[in-house]
Amino acid sequence: MLIKRPPLAGITENDVTPKHLYLNRRKIMAAGGALALTGMTSACSAQEPGDAPAASRPMNGALNFSETSYRVTDGDLTPHDAVTGYNNFYEFGTGKDDPARYAGAMTTDPWSVQVDGHAERTGTFSVEDLVDFNALEERIYRLRCVEAWSMVIPWIGVPLSSVLERFRPTSDARYVAFETRLDRSEMRGTRFPVLDWPYKEGLRMDEAMHPLTLMAVGLYGEVLPNQNGAPMRLVVPWKYGFKSIKSISRISFVSEQPNTSWKQSAPREYGFYSNVNPSRSHPRWSQSNERIIGAGPFARRDTEMFNGYDEVASLYSGMDLEEEY
Amino acid sequence: MAQRSPFLRSFAKHWLKPLTLFLLVLPFVWIAGQWGFLLSGMENDLGFEPVAATHHFLGQTAIRILLISLAITPFRDLTRWAPVMQVRRRIGLAAFWYAILHLLAYFGADLFFSLPALWEDVVERTYITFGMAALALLIPLSVTSFNSMIRKLGAERWNQLHMAVYLIAILAVTHHFFAEKGLQPGPLIHAGILALLLGWRLWKRWLPALAMRTNKSSASG
Repeated sequence: MLIKRPPLAGITENDVTPKHLYLNRRKIMAAGGALALTGMTSACSAQEPGDAPAASRPMNGALNFSETSYRVTDGDLTPHDAVTGYNNFYEFGTGKDDPARYAGAMTTDPWSVQVDGHAERTGTFSVEDLVDFNALEERIYRLRCVEAWSMVIPWIGVPLSSVLERFRPTSDARYVAFETRLDRSEMRGTRFPVLDWPYKEGLRMDEAMHPLTLMAVGLYGEVLPNQNGAPMRLVVPWKYGFKSIKSISRISFVSEQPNTSWKQSAPREYGFYSNVNPSRSHPRWSQSNERIIGAGPFARRDTEMFNGYDEVASLYSGMDLEEEY
Repeated sequence: MAQRSPFLRSFAKHWLKPLTLFLLVLPFVWIAGQWGFLLSGMENDLGFEPVAATHHFLGQTAIRILLISLAITPFRDLTRWAPVMQVRRRIGLAAFWYAILHLLAYFGADLFFSLPALWEDVVERTYITFGMAALALLIPLSVTSFNSMIRKLGAERWNQLHMAVYLIAILAVTHHFFAEKGLQPGPLIHAGILALLLGWRLWKRWLPALAMRTNKSSASG
């Protein structure tokens, strides 16, 4: 649409986009005229809270979504109680069960997201302004944590590209930066400087617009529990889990590679890209294999390059991924 | 005052040592029991990553018991209850045994008892280098913790050798600090307690010894 990206060397968008997706996009573009008009009006009104959203956002319980062909065929779904009971969300404590215990204190309604930087539309928006709750889809993705464990999770969400396109980023927007909400009274873990709060993450624009990149609002068919990053979070399945930032409260379109929390904390251990890469060890442990959560105490599997999502390889052609980790 | 209580005297004589042993064995009984529940399919407290939980539990138990062993002398000096010194050695030895269990759990469950893999970890991963150095230094302390060895070495040399425990504690806490992601409170609390214990020794023992020497020289001058 209005996003201008330099074409990747030797590869067209058709090569990396599954057929059902670009067909889907043509449908969206067919409705483009009408969308452009409504887009204009909501660009003005979205800044005023209390505006009637296109589709209301459920606060709990089941979501309406369509199934997709994005699913993991070799491996079982991680049990629901593990997905929602074993989390890294340091704003609520560094223990794996701290988020399930304490994230309930976080207010997710109302929720506002500040959008700024190189885009035609900027301002403060609600979740409904960003995510079309009539277009939710289920995607079953592998999640590989940098701590060498993994899960298989049925996420509900929309492609991140559909969120970002609403703001019409300009050609200066080469990266997109995200921040997690910071509320020290509701997030007990932020009383201690485990990281430099608020949590910050970022993607290169082509990574953010890649069809695999998801803005999730649910899992296991229901609204995202707070400990998993309610009301909305990224899911970037070919990168280590910490890139998939939770409870997003700010989106910035920027021209330089943004600061990211883990890179800032330990630059030798965590890079900006943080693509899953079994051949590049973390300085403190091997990344060649992973523990499968919820499949017995000794269950392991070999870690795959890009977590098995080979279709993203072209994003990094010409880059030395040992150096740019 | 404390020495005059008949209850405390009887407690020190008959109960202190077996009770300490019982308490020191409890963490092992707990973790063994949890694995028993887990392997027989029963509910347990090991969570979704039982192996990682076991590493944390055994490692933290070793460090905490080591810190307790360093707190015995300050405790004696503060309370003037000398019998507590009877259990210092067994507390130190328990720290060694939990450190060995910690190593074995990691060696078995993570490395499948591969010595080359262990060597690679020790050489390449700084926090494992620290942990292994702490454990290696605990070995000479443990094998000299019998009465016959103390007699053989003589009290002075034995005490000098066992000064290594301060270095071991620093290595162990550093190992824990670097094993965690980010700046986490757990290892910092251990570091704080260790700093207090070392600071107390500096203030109560090492500095007064120095001052005494200075006083003597000024008195003679």
